[in-house]
Amino acid sequence: MTTESTAPVVGTLVVPHKPIRSELFVSRARAAMVFLLPMIIALIIVAGWPLYRTIYFSFTNASLSHLDAAQFIGFKNYFNWITLKSGKTIYSGVLADPAWWNAVWNTVRFAFVSVLLETILGTIVALVLNADFVGRGLVRAAILVPWAIPTIVSAKMWGWMLNDQFGMINDLFLKLHLIDHKIAWIANPDTAMIAVLVVDIWKTTPFMALLILAGLQMIPKDIYEATAIDGVHPIKVFFRVTLPLVRPALMVAVIFRLLDAMRIFDLIYVLTPNSSQTKTMSVIARENLIDFDKFAYGSAESTLLFLLIAIMTVLYIWLGRVNLSGGDR
Amino acid sequence: MAWAYTKKTAFYLLVIVIVVESVFPFYYAILTSFKSGTSLFEVNYWPTMISWDNYAAVFQNGSFPQNIWNSVVISTLTVALALLFAVTAAYALSRVRFRGRGLLLLTILSVSMFPQIAVLAGLFEVIRTFGLFNTIWGLIFSYTIFTLPFTVWVLTTFMRDLPLEIEEAAIVDGATPWVIITRVFMPLMWPALVTTGLLAFIAAWNEFLFALTFTSSNSTRTVPVAIALLSGASQFEIPWGTIMAASVIVTVPLIVLVLIFQKKIVSGLTAGGVKG
Repeated sequence: MTTESTAPVVGTLVVPHKPIRSELFVSRARAAMVFLLPMIIALIIVAGWPLYRTIYFSFTNASLSHLDAAQFIGFKNYFNWITLKSGKTIYSGVLADPAWWNAVWNTVRFAFVSVLLETILGTIVALVLNADFVGRGLVRAAILVPWAIPTIVSAKMWGWMLNDQFGMINDLFLKLHLIDHKIAWIANPDTAMIAVLVVDIWKTTPFMALLILAGLQMIPKDIYEATAIDGVHPIKVFFRVTLPLVRPALMVAVIFRLLDAMRIFDLIYVLTPNSSQTKTMSVIARENLIDFDKFAYGSAESTLLFLLIAIMTVLYIWLGRVNLSGGDR
Repeated sequence: MAWAYTKKTAFYLLVIVIVVESVFPFYYAILTSFKSGTSLFEVNYWPTMISWDNYAAVFQNGSFPQNIWNSVVISTLTVALALLFAVTAAYALSRVRFRGRGLLLLTILSVSMFPQIAVLAGLFEVIRTFGLFNTIWGLIFSYTIFTLPFTVWVLTTFMRDLPLEIEEAAIVDGATPWVIITRVFMPLMWPALVTTGLLAFIAAWNEFLFALTFTSSNSTRTVPVAIALLSGASQFEIPWGTIMAASVIVTVPLIVLVLIFQKKIVSGLTAGGVKG
């Protein structure tokens, strides 16, 4: 209900009529501003300002105990070099730090593998839940259990199951003759990432499955009836009919999960502390910020992670074609 | 006929695998939590003993009851605050047309995608400046960063789908926007409020990074941090029994809530995820 579409165009006669409409319009708009103000102020204090300060600190030499005494040092936290008298050049800063690039690699590796496997497994679970069978409600309730368990609790639970001496996984695998000696899943650098991936996939596949299921349920049933009459093979139906139709929902779910996986912190911090094989960008940034008292350096790492995720968010909003129109009024 | 039978068996096998794989780790945690002494270190797949020692140990741990109380207070107040701000904001964003609305929605969506680590340094400074470090208020304050954008977003999508007519009658009667929200929308919004409130509550209950960084003593910690930092008599002796008992205590209420509100949670998740 906008003013121009309903106002009759009869010259000056409109004048006494118009103020009433626009008065309503203006009062609604004013009320909207009042309603929005608390939220906007809250978001500025809790998100906007802290983000600005983090970026600011990344260009200073701030330390945890002397935040006020921070001095501007330009890009030195990101990249810097000193040429020694011997002619040798020493590079420093986040971008020249092997530990940082190791964390980047771990994060990308983790995000890619976990989201790929979660998508495949989530699709399988969603297809099962989309079928009609006795006990479907029970299965849906069961898959919500991993989702409901706090990440820290699942990290501890799996840490216990994957324990090298008394863990149930080693016991089971030995009994099934899958392994011939006990494996230190978490301490062993070769398997630490596998352990993290297993726990994350276990916990997050249900979320993926529910999002994909929502997409599957929007597909009209008569399409399947038609393929059944034509006698199309089920696998062909999946790749030619189901997959193209759920692709929009699938894409949004995948990018949503990718963004989430890129910032992973808690699971790795608790399950595999101090393993350089699993340290991600968030873990290494917090380590520098708080534990190692390299506040400015950690801020620079946080800023880089923020930039990466910001780019991905833009991609998400663009690909997801998120509805920002906000309805008719 | 035989083929159809095999297919059905294979399908139900898959169903059983999904159910067992989902539930087993928590079942195993419960099993462990009821063991004590040396039997803790024997692997059993069925209950062998019921001992309440670990549960007693959790509550004698001193700060754990306090940690549970902290988590309850922080999560409840965070949700109440977020819903209060979000209902009015969502009304403005979904029912009133104004300049810059799309941009504002875009900003809110982006904030919900924020990596928490990106604001950690800045929030640390803000919390210290306000004197909120190592208090539950610091956590309630900082949790707004993820509960508020989420609740605003989901409630906006929900309100947008309500028909125009319900509001029109009230406008004709000269009702103010505040009356429209409290008298017209609130009664219709209870389901959406329960869903978003519950999801925000779970997010606040499970949060770890802020809780770890902005508190420094046992008495102000929340449950996830307390569990992560539970240690035994010596550094090398991890008290698995106690950890599992504490885990069961904080998880059972969540699972019960989630199972009761199953349908609502699924619809809330998809509204927050698929729709944006």
